[in-house]
Amino acid sequence: MQAYLKLDHIDKTFTRGNATTEVLKDISLTIEKGEYVSIIGHSGCGKSTLLNIVAGLTGATNGGVLLENREVNSPGPDRAVVFQNHSLLPWLTVYENVKLGVDKVFSSTKSRAERDAWVMHNLNLVQMAHAKDKRPSEISGGMKQRVGIARALAMEPKVLLLDEPFGALDALTRAHLQDSVMALHQKLGNTILMITHDVDEAVLLSDRIVMMTNGPSARIGEVLEVPLARPRKRLELATNPGYLKCRQRVLEFLYERHRFVEAA
Amino acid sequence: MSMPAIKSEATAVAIPTSAAPVVMMTPKPAPRAEKYVKMSKEIAVRVVPPLIVLALLMLFWELVCRRTGSTLPPPSRVFKDTKELIFDPFFDNGGIDKGLFWHLSASLQRVAYGYSIAAIVGIALGTLVGQSVWAMRGLDPLFQVLRTIPPLAWLPLSLAAFRDGQPSAIFVIFITSVWPIIINTAVGIRNIPQDYRNVAAVVQLNPLEFFSKIMIPAAAPYIFTGLRIGIGLSWLAIVAAEMLIGGVGIGFFIWDAWNSSHISEIILALFYVGIIGFVLDRLIAGLANVVTRGTALN
Repeated sequence: MQAYLKLDHIDKTFTRGNATTEVLKDISLTIEKGEYVSIIGHSGCGKSTLLNIVAGLTGATNGGVLLENREVNSPGPDRAVVFQNHSLLPWLTVYENVKLGVDKVFSSTKSRAERDAWVMHNLNLVQMAHAKDKRPSEISGGMKQRVGIARALAMEPKVLLLDEPFGALDALTRAHLQDSVMALHQKLGNTILMITHDVDEAVLLSDRIVMMTNGPSARIGEVLEVPLARPRKRLELATNPGYLKCRQRVLEFLYERHRFVEAA
Repeated sequence: MSMPAIKSEATAVAIPTSAAPVVMMTPKPAPRAEKYVKMSKEIAVRVVPPLIVLALLMLFWELVCRRTGSTLPPPSRVFKDTKELIFDPFFDNGGIDKGLFWHLSASLQRVAYGYSIAAIVGIALGTLVGQSVWAMRGLDPLFQVLRTIPPLAWLPLSLAAFRDGQPSAIFVIFITSVWPIIINTAVGIRNIPQDYRNVAAVVQLNPLEFFSKIMIPAAAPYIFTGLRIGIGLSWLAIVAAEMLIGGVGIGFFIWDAWNSSHISEIILALFYVGIIGFVLDRLIAGLANVVTRGTALN
């Protein structure tokens, strides 16, 4: 199996003064091209740190990240991130927010008109073209996250990193956006690494679910294949035995074997 | 008995279906006259109270200063004495015998020079201090000490250095207004959310693009707070500085009026100084609103 994205024996230790905390311990994971992998774990287990390491925003203490067999250790548009709190720049319009990345990535390969068309194409993908001249403060939370997704997609990343992308949304908006992301993945075949703490979301969206043990020194506890055919339909899955079995497995992992312990 | 019941039921059903489109489609256009009335009412609410207070104060002033032996002139005397200055601000008899317009414009020019330099230097230094921990450790204590020095204390030193009134006054304006700009810019830069920095890192903005596309817009509300404090301080300092350096300028005009015991002229000049200070402040606030699209900390 040719690994597209490879996390190779990653350790991460934070040092503050004399105190050192080992957050991640020996994380190894390979992801194939086009695969949708979720990382799930209790809060504080270091899953966001892991995503930041893959994004290059944080350095690993030991080990590293290989993308197409090349080590990556600084942030770049080939690993675009959809941030949990959307992180749109409030002084730019929706269009300008997406264009910021497009202008950088395609400065030499696309003409001005092509870049403009590409921005609009990506806004259309997330059904946000109608709000292109609005500012982030003028659109809803779900819409902001759509624009965040468009911004990431527009950079044509090799890997799309989603950092709890639906965490700040209400349940109905979340379901709607999950369906959109599923449709986009189906259509574009992106390789996606998603951080989540929502069991249903992980099972619904992923090809594989990586379950992390509690920190400190969080490890990969178990990797679960989700053998459900795509396209998946939320309503049909509710009674699908395969879906329920996967859900059961993740729940058992999270709530029986690795119960969340409140940090003292 | 049953007839009216049915009838009322029918109308009750008919109302929502027929009334809804009317409300939706023709949002009753307010007659123009009504709009003007509303607008003038809004203006009146803002303008009338200060006018009443002003009138009362003038009356009080008039009554107090009218008595013989009063040291200050009443408003009526002020107006009588300064009528020529008010109605002809553009005369120029050479030397410092000029209309108030020329005095004010000379002062404003000095402020414009000093303040512009302060804005550029202040934003640049503030960015440096906000961005670099080492620059902050090195420069911040220095700034904290220097900013407490009163503006006029710098004047003798700058006169010694420049040996001329004009650049010295400009320097005093600069040194007075630069500190709040530096400090506010630094705070603004330091408060840029990590999220924006992450976005910039993922998009791979180079330092120059990061400065212009992330730092300046993100810190703009803070920078404009500094700029507003700065313009106020420089207008405060110019009057004092001009009293000492002499020549054309509203500060020396006031000092000159005092020396010739033209108290009414002093009062008129103070009135102009206040109005212009207010206009300068509103100008920067308006600019902030335009630039930051209403997100400035007002």
